[in-house]
Amino acid sequence: MTVEDEIEIMGQRLNDKIRKIFGRSLHIREVDAGSCNACEVEVNSLSNPIYDIERFGLHIVASPRHADMLLVTGPVTRNMELALLKTYNATPAPKLVAAMGSCACNGGIFADTYASMGGVDKVIPVDVYIPGCPPRPQAVIFGLMVAIGKLEQKIRKTEVRS
Amino acid sequence: MNAIVESITKEYNNHILEVSTSQNETYLTVKKEIIMKMCDHLYHHLDIPLVCIFATDERKEEGSFKIHYVFSVDREDAFIILRIDIDGKNPRYPSITNKVAAANWYEREIQDMFGLIPVGHPDPRRLMNFEDWPAGVHPLRKDFDIKTKPPRIKGEYAYRRVEGEGVYEIPVGPVHAGVIEPGHFRFSVAGEPIINLEIRHFYTHKGVEKLFENISLDKAVFLAERISGDNSVAHAVAFCQAMEKIAGMDIPPRAKHIRTILLELERIYNHIGDIAGIATDVAFSFGAAHANKLKEDVLQLNERITGSRLLRGMNTIGGVRRDIGSKKDEILVSLSVIQRDFRKLMGLLFSTPSLMDRIETTGRIYNDIAKGLHVVGPVGRASGIDRDTRRDHPYAAYREFNFKVPVSKAGDVHARTIIRGDEVCESIALIEQALWSLPEGEIRIKADDIPDGNALGYCEAPRGETIYWIRTCGNKIERCKVRDPSFCNWLSIEYAVLDNIVPDFPIINKSLSLSYSGNDM
Ligand code: SF4
Repeated sequence: MTVEDEIEIMGQRLNDKIRKIFGRSLHIREVDAGSCNACEVEVNSLSNPIYDIERFGLHIVASPRHADMLLVTGPVTRNMELALLKTYNATPAPKLVAAMGSCACNGGIFADTYASMGGVDKVIPVDVYIPGCPPRPQAVIFGLMVAIGKLEQKIRKTEVRS
Repeated sequence: MNAIVESITKEYNNHILEVSTSQNETYLTVKKEIIMKMCDHLYHHLDIPLVCIFATDERKEEGSFKIHYVFSVDREDAFIILRIDIDGKNPRYPSITNKVAAANWYEREIQDMFGLIPVGHPDPRRLMNFEDWPAGVHPLRKDFDIKTKPPRIKGEYAYRRVEGEGVYEIPVGPVHAGVIEPGHFRFSVAGEPIINLEIRHFYTHKGVEKLFENISLDKAVFLAERISGDNSVAHAVAFCQAMEKIAGMDIPPRAKHIRTILLELERIYNHIGDIAGIATDVAFSFGAAHANKLKEDVLQLNERITGSRLLRGMNTIGGVRRDIGSKKDEILVSLSVIQRDFRKLMGLLFSTPSLMDRIETTGRIYNDIAKGLHVVGPVGRASGIDRDTRRDHPYAAYREFNFKVPVSKAGDVHARTIIRGDEVCESIALIEQALWSLPEGEIRIKADDIPDGNALGYCEAPRGETIYWIRTCGNKIERCKVRDPSFCNWLSIEYAVLDNIVPDFPIINKSLSLSYSGNDM
């Protein structure tokens, strides 16, 4: 299977979910909390003509205030902790957080230093973990799909309760 | 080389305490009172660039801190390292920034990391330890434990103030609108034109240099690959070369060729990505889509031949981990298609008036500014600085191949785009040469034990000259100084944007292609 086929199949499944849950589109704000920048390379790849996630209803937006989801990369550095918290607080609820890359998952190779707080969940709650260093674009798309499934559960739970 | 060392030893005879040479590195220990004069002499009179300044904490062994000033004698493939001793009880030394502007950030870095005070520094604010970091705590001192998490204290960064009628400030970051790394930019504008820009970085400071001292040698290569993610190969190669130099190891010729191929593949995808970014930022989405697709083609080629889209995990001390010889035809065919499409793309870009209008004369960095700040890589070459580590200090297999180093004097976004475009074509030609002449044999030699010693490792990353200085002791890293090209280039943006309009800032920033992570570490 070529990369294009893989993406087509996963993208369509993702698109169906997004349609069902969000009506049409999922808005993502990417936050670099201290990454090595390779995770950013792959987030940017998602928008190139091969993956082109926009066509599946995923949009990378400029402000957390427009976002349904934060896609966070990197270990959280001491110097970025506050900025990450502020970004999280600026995102309207119900919000999803995806930790992208080994660093975001548990601090990765940088976990244990004076300047790193460790993984993203040390600072804000995380819904899904996308491992890889950096994760391939396919893995990121898969991770986003899992995250949306989680939101579906969250919404259902609140519906049952009310 | 000897002539230069001889002339300085003669001139400063009374001030030089010790001279020692190992391979192409000459170390001169000098009295600290004379350091400003000597650096000025080397930098301005002999025109020898200062490529790095770093400190070491040798209180245990020698009872003092040491600061090293590394000068690169290009074309003679040699380095002169001036060294001064600093007493731990009186940690002060004369700043050279007033004479050599390129020393600015190094001295502030050393102040934060070691607590050594550059007396007379024009801007002694904190650099990577933010204002909430307690005073007197210095991470790279040997008595600081890496896991310490000092409490946050109260404090605020003092930005330079620009005042006057109609002047207002635009603060941007650290979280940006695009998918880029975090950093803060503060513009002062009067109407549209920018009259001052102050950058504040080091948000992604992760403590890499300290981490090197606390991990095993086999893991250290992986750490080097993760300093500036899109320059993974360059960092890994510079690191490995420093280690191999310490061990006096000559890696197999086949490994040298493979490293060269990897380094050039990395340059190709980075440069194409930068060109895509420039097209995006002038809203030429058709060109950007083309360029992004080409970059993706290279990333997929990378994955097919190495298993990693960013070419990670290939380098190791003693050679490379994986042979790519069997993929020769695939690489050649893919590259020839990429080259054809790339040429078309560049033709398209440069014949699009709306793009040319935005990039010509935009974001000028004049040669004297570039020289003064020691701007490196394609950005330096676009401002008339004819330096390239591949040619000036040949490593891997570069000595064997023919390649041109494109240089331009214009110093604007246009020139930087042309330089990158030309370099992509040179890189493809280099890979072809390396593949055609790929020697038979081993791809790595065993390197379990690294003797005690120290050495420089260097490499021309896509962003420019990358320097490592490593000291080993007991098969561990005692000190690893990393100097990413962005550390030299960042300050040039404060000059490049002057008198440009705010909407041109993203294009200028893209054309400089700066790494935050590599800079902040
Ligand atoms: S997970 Fe890997 S690629 Fe991503 S930021 Fe961390 S080191 Fe870089």
